[in-house]
Amino acid sequence: MKSYLQAILAIAHKDLAAEIRSRELVSAMLVFSLLVVLIFNFALDLDKSARENVAAGVLWVTFTFAGTLGLNRTFAAEKDRGSLDGLLLAPVDRTAIYFGKLISTLVFMLLVEAVVLPVFTVLYGISLFNILLFGVILLGTFGYGGVGTLLACMAAQTRTRDVMLPILLFPVTVPVMLGAVRASTGILANAEWGEILTWINILVVYDVIFVAVAVMVFDYLIEE
Amino acid sequence: MSSSTPKPLQILNIVSILMFIISLGLVFFYAPREAVMGEAQRIFYYHVPSAWLSFVAFGVTLIAGIAYLRTSDHRWDRLGIASVEVGIVFAVMALLSGMLWARPIWNTWWTWDPRLTTYTILLLIYFAYLMLRQGIEDPDKRARFGSVYGIVGFISVPITYFSIYLWRTIHPAVFGRNESETKMSMEPQMLQTFIFCNIFFMVVFVTLLWHRFRLESNTARVEELRMKASNA
Repeated sequence: MKSYLQAILAIAHKDLAAEIRSRELVSAMLVFSLLVVLIFNFALDLDKSARENVAAGVLWVTFTFAGTLGLNRTFAAEKDRGSLDGLLLAPVDRTAIYFGKLISTLVFMLLVEAVVLPVFTVLYGISLFNILLFGVILLGTFGYGGVGTLLACMAAQTRTRDVMLPILLFPVTVPVMLGAVRASTGILANAEWGEILTWINILVVYDVIFVAVAVMVFDYLIEE
Repeated sequence: MSSSTPKPLQILNIVSILMFIISLGLVFFYAPREAVMGEAQRIFYYHVPSAWLSFVAFGVTLIAGIAYLRTSDHRWDRLGIASVEVGIVFAVMALLSGMLWARPIWNTWWTWDPRLTTYTILLLIYFAYLMLRQGIEDPDKRARFGSVYGIVGFISVPITYFSIYLWRTIHPAVFGRNESETKMSMEPQMLQTFIFCNIFFMVVFVTLLWHRFRLESNTARVEELRMKASNA
């Protein structure tokens, strides 16, 4: 058990160390998400009340787009460098690779979100500093990363890989996105707790199911 | 593996055609005109079975996917892909017939109702499934990835199915708990027609699935022979 955890942390640590040195991925995700936020504003030509209505939706679209950017690199980079074979040779359970990659993806996404949130608050004039909203963002990001890491591993091994990932990922993550957007909208609009809770429940259920299924099938994706 | 069509499948072909003709008679002449919706309601006899059989088809893909991953027997994978394609046909039929019905009843071809939206997204999952398979050359890898995606994709089916209960939706529910206003009451002739159409669609589903499965098996066999020929 201890060595399993060590393996997970070692893989996550490797990805994070590489990112700290190059700063390629997170900076790209960050610039991209700021662009999305800005583009949405003039594409939808938002006034004050419209901004309040669409805030949660814009926020989650931004997170998912930025997330795809990050996810595309997690396995593709290993494949390009030929280091995936090295990882597979390591005498650890294959699911350790999944969890290691999941952790690094989550760290990247949460970093980007931590920057986007205050910027979004300023630009859209809506306070997003709400502990409940942070919880929903955490759950939503976890579910998205959970299924995203699995499908990124798959997409990286197909012919049209970067194109393939969003096509595979977006329709499948709809339950998570739906839960996240509805719960966030409810929180921002100060809706009744019962209504918000329904969506948080869906979010939690899908997080658990997605990660459980991913762990069960991950082995089959990297067998050579 | 014989190349001629097996006897039971030939019988199924004929039964499907006969049932189709009978169903047309039942739907257009036997079933009474619905009081509120009028003639447009008759679409329902084809719409409902094609919709739920598309769920069955994707469910078969799920089971075939699990079975393939456990046994690595390619016949399961052929069943999986066959079922996805038949499922897509049924789902498209359900969508189009729904749109034809919605035009006179809701006064629009399309509305962003949760049931419609989630169902269309479900259809896109299985388009993605086909694209994924196209992007992989190695048959073993294609089968494994297809199986995994068939499993992951099916996870969103419950949310599509229960969307009708989670939101206030305008899509009518025939069975189950729902506000009584959208629930339609069925005359005995309507119910008989409805049950017949469901059985008819089940027969068509099995027939198509079998044909598609045989096509997939034959394709694999041709591929195998070609490999053998080029190696010789």
